[in-house]
Amino acid sequence: MAKTLYDKLWESHVVRDNGDGTCLLYIDRHLVHEVTSPQAFEGLRLAGRKPWRVDANLATPDHNVPTTDRAQGISDPVARLQVETLETNCRDFNITEFTMDDIRQGIVHVISPEQGATLPGMTLVCGDSHTSTHGALGALAFGIGTSEVEHVLATQCLVQKKSKSMLVKVEGETPDAVTGKDIILAIIEKIGTAGGTGYAIEFAGKAIRDLSIEGRMTLCNMAIEAGARAGMVAVDDKTIEYVKGRPYAPSAAMWEQAVADWKNLVSDSDAIFDKVIELDVEQMQPMVTWGTSPEMVTSISGSVPAVKSFTDTVKQEGVNAALNYMGLEENTAISDIYLDKVFIGSCTNSRIEDLRAAAAVAKGRKVAANIKLAMVVPGSGLVKQQAEREGLDKIFIEAGFEWREPGCSMCLAMNADKLEAGERCASTSNRNFEGRQGQGGRTHLVSPAMAAAAAVKGHFVDVRKL
Amino acid sequence: MEKLNTVEGIVAPMDRPNVDTDAIIPKQFLKSIKRSGFGPNLFDEWRYLDHGEPGMDNSGRPLNPDFVLNQPRYAGANILIARENFGCGSSREHAPWALLDYGFRVVIAPSYADIFFNNCFKNGILPIVLSENEVDSIFSEIAATEGYQLKVDLSAQTITKPGGDVLHFEVDEFRKHCLINGLDDIGMTLEHIDDIKAYEQQRAKQAPWLFS
Repeated sequence: MAKTLYDKLWESHVVRDNGDGTCLLYIDRHLVHEVTSPQAFEGLRLAGRKPWRVDANLATPDHNVPTTDRAQGISDPVARLQVETLETNCRDFNITEFTMDDIRQGIVHVISPEQGATLPGMTLVCGDSHTSTHGALGALAFGIGTSEVEHVLATQCLVQKKSKSMLVKVEGETPDAVTGKDIILAIIEKIGTAGGTGYAIEFAGKAIRDLSIEGRMTLCNMAIEAGARAGMVAVDDKTIEYVKGRPYAPSAAMWEQAVADWKNLVSDSDAIFDKVIELDVEQMQPMVTWGTSPEMVTSISGSVPAVKSFTDTVKQEGVNAALNYMGLEENTAISDIYLDKVFIGSCTNSRIEDLRAAAAVAKGRKVAANIKLAMVVPGSGLVKQQAEREGLDKIFIEAGFEWREPGCSMCLAMNADKLEAGERCASTSNRNFEGRQGQGGRTHLVSPAMAAAAAVKGHFVDVRKL
Repeated sequence: MEKLNTVEGIVAPMDRPNVDTDAIIPKQFLKSIKRSGFGPNLFDEWRYLDHGEPGMDNSGRPLNPDFVLNQPRYAGANILIARENFGCGSSREHAPWALLDYGFRVVIAPSYADIFFNNCFKNGILPIVLSENEVDSIFSEIAATEGYQLKVDLSAQTITKPGGDVLHFEVDEFRKHCLINGLDDIGMTLEHIDDIKAYEQQRAKQAPWLFS
């Protein structure tokens, strides 16, 4: 029978069928960070259990780490304790951790692919919903809660029910300045933030194949914002080229064997999906969110919608609440929205290609006078190092951006990087929820080039017309 | 995990769609390394008029009188009813920990985000899915009746309304069994140690790079 990529990934990891609709699924890689793991390690200790397979785990602190001078350590005592707790747990259980002073430290979803710790054909989990990112490499990757973190640590398995399958096909020749970020926002606009709930999404079509691996990571990263725990892209030559030579990737004879296996990680041509969605990339433009949910989005040439343009009354109330929170009037042109801060970073858009795209816009320009803070937070120490080799840091600093140390930073504002109440931010992150970037803060999600363009103009602008 | 079989009590209405886990428990409280004590900060940004931080004495903070859980008629509620896509966003299990610590044992909504839905079952909270119509009528009945209570019976998979009307709900058999008996799934999985080891041996032959 013809199989989807998801079927193949699922079936190759079933340890046992529990006969009640659930399976025991084997997990190849487990990423650990400071926020969702302490209670899991505590649970292991209380039960007298040990990690089943220490080498399947890779840890780093990312949510709570400061992005300014690290020599001072972490000033917030509560955050410091959490980061120290991760260190103690990793040391006690012998788990590899890239600590704050290690060049390889960074956002879990950036460092694992960077190290080759994410491989095609793997099952990969982490106590973080953006784990869907890793599906870009033809892996089955999804976020879990802390109870499941403990379960994976103790058993290397999870009890899971297979999801339904959805194919999202994006065809056509991608217009200039339309990125993986714009494509996923356009998909969420079409299917809604719950459109993918209960599904594993495979992204396919010419526009997806044309994306770089980093672009595919941005796309899969936000599958969760469409409600899908997992997003994935079939393996092609780009995938294999990306993985080759990375520290944790197989080498020598095993490399050839792995590549031969990975080439099967595509959906069969006659595979049947539970749902198919088709989009035409040629109709897309750079996207900007206007509300408090990623589905509240339009293109740069659009406007804030009128509440009455929505038929459903529950939706109308939601839009009304969103416009109130965002301080926006109906029918305002997106390009008339002025900003206070700009954030370029997060597991969605902090990789080298993202920084290059933003720097290309910032080069030779200055951050507008109304922008109080424009910051660039690389996804990892290695991304930062690469950007500095290319001189991107100088371009940003000269333009008036701050150049920071790697971490999650203002994507969720657990550290000192946050919006004040009422401040409006162009952000390359993934969530525009109320209070996400700081209580009362107002978030607009965009691509890195669009964020940089907003920084230099002080308001949203089509980067192609800059 | 605390067992759950029947829950009877006051129902608090959370009348907005897409309530995300950032709203349920804001990020600053995620710095805790414990799994208890989140109840006073459940829905913190909506519930209080000031900005909350971990370690604060919440008893003296100014309450937002318009927020539903601050209304005296919903005091002591142990059932929460919500709109579509409840619990979307982050995977933080602090969200069900906060709901549980506040006193909620049952959530009712037309739909949930997947990770949150799973996390509830791991913590002794029953997330019930009802149709939009059924949820809508409960919202109207709550608005019309002070002290509105429901009785949830997990074994029978029923919700009994104050007038005696009975609604039926679906729940996965395995999850129902675990909730009713308060079972730890890790212990259950470890009963299959031989299967896990056999899988690893066979997989290491097929894909040795995953085990080197």
